[in-house]
Amino acid sequence: MREFFRQVARRKPLLLLPLLLLSGCSNWAIMDPQGPIGRAEKSLVFTAVILMLIVVVPVIVLTLVFAWHFRASNKKAVYRPDFHHSTTIEIIVWVVPCLIVLALGILTWKTTHALDPYKPLVAQNGEKPIEVDVIALDWKWLFVYPQLHIASVNELAMPVGASVDFRITSGTVMNAFFIPQLGTQIYAMGGMQTEVHLSADHAGIYQGLSANFSGNGFSGMTFKAIATDKAGFDAWVQKVRGSSQVLDTQSFALLSKASENVPVSYYGTVNGDIFGEQIASFVGSPPSMKTMKGNGDQASAKTTGGSNGMSGM
Amino acid sequence: MLGRLTWAAIPLDNPIEMGAVGLMGIVVLIVLGFIARYNLWVYLWKEWITTIDHKKIGIMYILMALVMLLRGFADAIMMRTQLAFSHGASHGYLPPEHYDQIFSAHGVIMIFFVAMPFVIGFMNVAVPLQIGARDVAFPFLNSISFWLTFVGMALVNLSLAIGEFGQAGWLAYPPLSELKYSPGSGIDYWIWSLQISGIGTLLTGVNFFVTIIKMRAPGMTFMRMPVFVWTILCTSILIMAAFPVLTATIGMLTLDRYLDFHFFTNDGGGNQMMYVNLIWAWGHPEVYILILPVFGVFSEVVSTYSSKRLFAYTSMVWATVSITVLSFVVWLHHFFTMGSGADVNAFFGISTMVIAIPTGVKIFNWLFTMYGGRVRYEPAMLWTVGFMVTFTIGGMTGVMMAVPGIDFIVHNSLFLIAHFHNVIIGGVVFGCFAGLNYWFPKMFGFKLEAKWGTRSFWFWLVGFYVAFVPLYALGFMGATRRMEHYDNPAWVPYMWVALLGAVLIFCGIVCSILQIVVSIRDRAKLQDVTGDIWGGRTLEWAISSPPPFYNFATTPTVADAEPLWDAKQRGTIERQARDHYEDIHMPKNTGAGFIIAVFAGIMGFAMIWYIWWLAILSVVGIILTLIIRTCNDDIDYYVPGEEVARIEKAHFLKVASLETEKQHAD
Repeated sequence: MREFFRQVARRKPLLLLPLLLLSGCSNWAIMDPQGPIGRAEKSLVFTAVILMLIVVVPVIVLTLVFAWHFRASNKKAVYRPDFHHSTTIEIIVWVVPCLIVLALGILTWKTTHALDPYKPLVAQNGEKPIEVDVIALDWKWLFVYPQLHIASVNELAMPVGASVDFRITSGTVMNAFFIPQLGTQIYAMGGMQTEVHLSADHAGIYQGLSANFSGNGFSGMTFKAIATDKAGFDAWVQKVRGSSQVLDTQSFALLSKASENVPVSYYGTVNGDIFGEQIASFVGSPPSMKTMKGNGDQASAKTTGGSNGMSGM
Repeated sequence: MLGRLTWAAIPLDNPIEMGAVGLMGIVVLIVLGFIARYNLWVYLWKEWITTIDHKKIGIMYILMALVMLLRGFADAIMMRTQLAFSHGASHGYLPPEHYDQIFSAHGVIMIFFVAMPFVIGFMNVAVPLQIGARDVAFPFLNSISFWLTFVGMALVNLSLAIGEFGQAGWLAYPPLSELKYSPGSGIDYWIWSLQISGIGTLLTGVNFFVTIIKMRAPGMTFMRMPVFVWTILCTSILIMAAFPVLTATIGMLTLDRYLDFHFFTNDGGGNQMMYVNLIWAWGHPEVYILILPVFGVFSEVVSTYSSKRLFAYTSMVWATVSITVLSFVVWLHHFFTMGSGADVNAFFGISTMVIAIPTGVKIFNWLFTMYGGRVRYEPAMLWTVGFMVTFTIGGMTGVMMAVPGIDFIVHNSLFLIAHFHNVIIGGVVFGCFAGLNYWFPKMFGFKLEAKWGTRSFWFWLVGFYVAFVPLYALGFMGATRRMEHYDNPAWVPYMWVALLGAVLIFCGIVCSILQIVVSIRDRAKLQDVTGDIWGGRTLEWAISSPPPFYNFATTPTVADAEPLWDAKQRGTIERQARDHYEDIHMPKNTGAGFIIAVFAGIMGFAMIWYIWWLAILSVVGIILTLIIRTCNDDIDYYVPGEEVARIEKAHFLKVASLETEKQHAD
């Protein structure tokens, strides 16, 4: 009990809740987007809510007004026991929601296409997109940079303004790759490849997480997404390169073993197409076949994953 | 001999689970002791266990729902307490493997063993009475349905004492629910309890569909059915169409786990998203299986307590029917984030929004039913007004999430949790309490006391907002569902407010229990002598409370959508018993339904623990019981007309003496 009061006293906000709601946006990840996708999605929230309030507010107000005015004890209210039909009212109550849904429907069609996670972004810095292959494991995230041949666990970095092309799969059960302040989450599924294109336009360290329950270590399956300027990104890459750890089939198998609350670690070298092999290992073409075709044949891995997965859509 | 079952299956090392088991054991012992003390065994067997009377089966469903509400709520408050403490360096009092079982069990119990039995209980109590029937079309099947549901419920609770429950959420998505990632008995408990109770529900759907189609009183055309009957007709159609999908989906998962199939595994050509599609092809109609019946309840309640005809009956019926149809084309909105293309997502997003139109129309119709009425604020009406406000907000957040672009940032977050509790508590739970207050006098012959009912309502209403508004906020802060620990200190105050809300809801539950206790104590004062305590408008209020076991002494004829109101207006209500009644053909009680369900339960238990011989024996037992029952010709009897006359006279005498009393008092 004393613990309870201490907790309350320390945080003291029970009474300050309304103030908290107004006190800026630092904790409101979704409401404080740091990239174009997240920003578009936030504004969509407001547009949709305002459109719906056109009908929601009158409904709530009318409910309360009618409920109060027509209370049995109010003898001044008219009693019309046989009033049960009015063409005018019925037309209004069907047409107004229809119109709002029509507006929302058009909005939905447009924004769903504009915000399609598979749609490449136009990089603000005019450079080529950064590619990151994401593999969800029990219970950590592996990020492989195929262009740079480096990899990291539970930490990823990106230059501000760059378009980052994520290809996502899972080496275990289903997870969801999500950086709330950058927007759109997408499932990570074994044997399948999904994609999402995100970008940060402010430097910062953004919290990332798995948004789909994946077992005992799920709560600790978080990561940091570092958005930084070009120099900072290069420094990060150098730091990762400095690691003596090598990511290959053996070390990947070791990493794949279940572990919880895994600290950040780096792989200075990546040998082979770990991402493609991971997908192929579930889809069925044996890894030995792949090595025969030459090391890290990404294109073939992509089609293997795509034929069974969602990437074709 | 006993498969995987060993002493190690009993979680002796887990004080919380053993405490819960001990508590449940004590409650069961007290109940058994009470039965033994008053020697109620024969009474229980003859009057309840073997009953095929729809009214008694309905009461048993509702009782089960109320008891399971306590269990489901215990899970809820444990989760809220864990999340209030488990941040930063502290990891709370529940380890992940226990927390994961709790949220899985909470969802399963609340949906399958609280909400479902509650609405099916109302179907049983009210539908035959509202359509002027003697019973449902297949009374014996109805008994099987109930006992299968009961057995499913028993298995879930047994998992607390022997083995474990599933740790993969209430829908047990593979591959997490596959043998590779969930090797324990938990998912198998989930599989068999849902499979067994699901078959019970499917039979209920068939039963009520046939009942409503075939057994309406003469003159009750489709457009003269009470709206509650309409909603149950649509619910039955949904059950018949959706539950086989559940059975097949769980069946495939069973094959994966038991016989090494690869329907939903990562490897071997399995496709986990096929499971997710299938489970929601059942799951979304399931949402409407829960909400349509309570829409029916609200329609009855709002019109009765407003002393007014329901506004726009036809519109209401078409809204119900269109929701029924649309509920089958929206399932993909549960997983926009799987990476399907924009066309697919947009289609399912828009089809979801379209459902908001008929739902909105319904709310307007209830609104205008109050307009020009004389609204009496009995507890049932309070729940209804609370629903109209709360559900509108829940509907709005639902349409928000139907926009794929918004879903991408709030999917699986606490915003989602807040949304569906907003519609399930604000809709289904409020509706069940409204229905309980409304039909309680019909079930038991006395009404529920209003003061504690009103307190219960306010605690629930305020508690709901205090518990779930913070969750909406946390969703916008990036808090995801099903986590048992977090690091962000800014979330802590919201978690504490949510816990406070859960405590308020607990007070609401206590008030509900007190309401029932006080009402039983004061039952003489609260008695419903006439059988029409609320000024009812439909046929169930035309007969005594509780109704005689044969329901209607003579089959009523119907000329209006509100037959009793119509009769009151025209003064054609019967005020005294007739001299002569026909003999009434009635089905005999049977223990076969109970026995079949017990065998099914043993089979489930045997399958969970790989005790193959016992599973085979139980299936043989089920088949033998069915054959014996089928060969039994002695399944019905006639109630003599004189007996009916005696019962009816007694009722009318009671009503008349009350009226004389009233006149004396005046």
